[in-house]
Amino acid sequence: MNPFRRSPFVIAATVLVYIFLYAPIIGLILYSFNASRANVTFEGFIPAFSDRVVMDGSLVKSSPCGPFHWYCELSKNRDVAEAAGNTLTIAFTATIISTIIGTMAALALQRYNFKMKPFSQLSLYVPIVIPEIVMGIGILTLFSQVFGWMNDTLHLVGSARLSLGIMTVTASHIAFMVPFVALVVQARLTGFDKSYEEAAMDLGANEWTTFRRVTFPMILPGVLSGALLAFTLSLDDFVITFFTNGPGSTTLPIYVYGLLRRIITPQVNALSTVWIMVVFLAVLAIQILQNREQKKPS
Amino acid sequence: MLKRLRESKSAQGTLLALPTTVWLFVLLIIPLILTAVVSFGRRSPDGNVIYTFTLDNYIRLFGYSTNCANGQAACFDPLYVNILLRSLSLAFNTTVLVISLAYPLAYFIARSHPKQRNTYLFMVLIPLWTNFVIRVYAWMMLLRKEGAINIIIGWVMNLLHIPFTPLEMLYTPGAVLVGMVYEFLPFMILPIYTSLEKIDPSLYEAAADLGANSIKTFLRVTLPLSMPGVVAGTILVFIPVMGTFIVSDILGGRQVILVGNLIQRQFLDARDPTFGSAASLILMVMTLIVTYFYTRKFGFGEEIVVA
Repeated sequence: MNPFRRSPFVIAATVLVYIFLYAPIIGLILYSFNASRANVTFEGFIPAFSDRVVMDGSLVKSSPCGPFHWYCELSKNRDVAEAAGNTLTIAFTATIISTIIGTMAALALQRYNFKMKPFSQLSLYVPIVIPEIVMGIGILTLFSQVFGWMNDTLHLVGSARLSLGIMTVTASHIAFMVPFVALVVQARLTGFDKSYEEAAMDLGANEWTTFRRVTFPMILPGVLSGALLAFTLSLDDFVITFFTNGPGSTTLPIYVYGLLRRIITPQVNALSTVWIMVVFLAVLAIQILQNREQKKPS
Repeated sequence: MLKRLRESKSAQGTLLALPTTVWLFVLLIIPLILTAVVSFGRRSPDGNVIYTFTLDNYIRLFGYSTNCANGQAACFDPLYVNILLRSLSLAFNTTVLVISLAYPLAYFIARSHPKQRNTYLFMVLIPLWTNFVIRVYAWMMLLRKEGAINIIIGWVMNLLHIPFTPLEMLYTPGAVLVGMVYEFLPFMILPIYTSLEKIDPSLYEAAADLGANSIKTFLRVTLPLSMPGVVAGTILVFIPVMGTFIVSDILGGRQVILVGNLIQRQFLDARDPTFGSAASLILMVMTLIVTYFYTRKFGFGEEIVVA
């Protein structure tokens, strides 16, 4: 029996599911070239050089950017630039911290026995089994109660007053990212052959040298994929950020959500298209790197 | 001190796990405890929390009302119970639909030539990594009265000379269901694929040698062995659907209110954190109960980390 045989039903279902997955994305990209300002109907592409009259008789102004009019508008949008900056700052900071402490925790849980081990292990599963909104409002309550109490007792005024912002978002992101890093690294450590480390020790390396020269290089792929997962979780996060951000710490998802509740111009589509392209290139780069890793003779 | 640390394995382990454990304790465990405490409190006139012990929020959530139509002192108001039930049934329907869409695709990828598998998986990852909010927005554009779906149906009807008035699809329960299925589909495909890919091909040969046809092989070999993937996927889909409020907010408008919307509004519009906390505690208990019975019945695989 050919293991690669697939029935026509499976093939048909697959094609339909892929169409379902991609139709919205393609529609989104097409509308980013929309000539209509209100983004309600698609009125054709924006002309590059001369004005043009569309169906309902209104005039479509030509744009110096041609069909990329909305992308030009987007590049001038200061709010978008600020939100993008915040998103990346939060994602990078949170990824670095959660990767370091998550890897440490994974090593501890896999290699050592200690009193609070069951508690540490159990706490890693909390973000998986509890809806994000429950965590979000819990963290919001904690911050608002603690900050309110501190502002009152320490009589903090003006800019010294503690409030929600980049710090609270980053700290909360770390809280839901760490478990994923730790679980990915732990999975990597499960299949770890200890004889390499024993060999290093036999050859006179001390514990730290063994870790630096043997253990760490071997778990590095696990650490990197954990970090990558954490980074994307942070970039993508809406719910936790929604409850923990304050003035000046708006991230891109929060910004887009805010727009959706008010007026929508094709600028949102242009922003989404840029985002999709960045994701596409990032996933492609990772795939190529992984393929190279697999082909490398080890 | 340092000498003790070098000698004691247990102290080393504690130290390594300490940052993560403390961080999770402060920002996950304490907030959960605080939510529980607040849910038994009362709202002060300015929207703050008065810490006492009262079950008022829960009693209200389960239908006790003093705002009655015909002058009664108390009556049953099913508003919040209905919201809870609606969220549960939506999560259930979404999960069932997602499984039935994800399974054939995961099966297709697992049965593809190994060289092509990465490409097919890549095509699943792109929508998954495209931002959650952007994906809801995409459906908003498709489902609107002037959206692409109505335009396409209009064209077809025009060709067939059938009169056609655009369908109202946005702001309906159906729109929310489609949006949820779309959002969470990749989270089901990946774990199912992982468990299908692990199946030893010689098992298929063995089944064929023993005279099983392809349907029987699927039902007796493939399906049981892929169950860990389905279970992991269900947890990754069911729990977030229960708590998500963006999809219903944007695609459901004011028509479809779920627990997530209820909680969000209590914290941001209504400014009653005590009632919001009670609702989120009930949400948490509901998901934990479902997860507990589900995983006890089917087991809990390592597939959960893969996605």
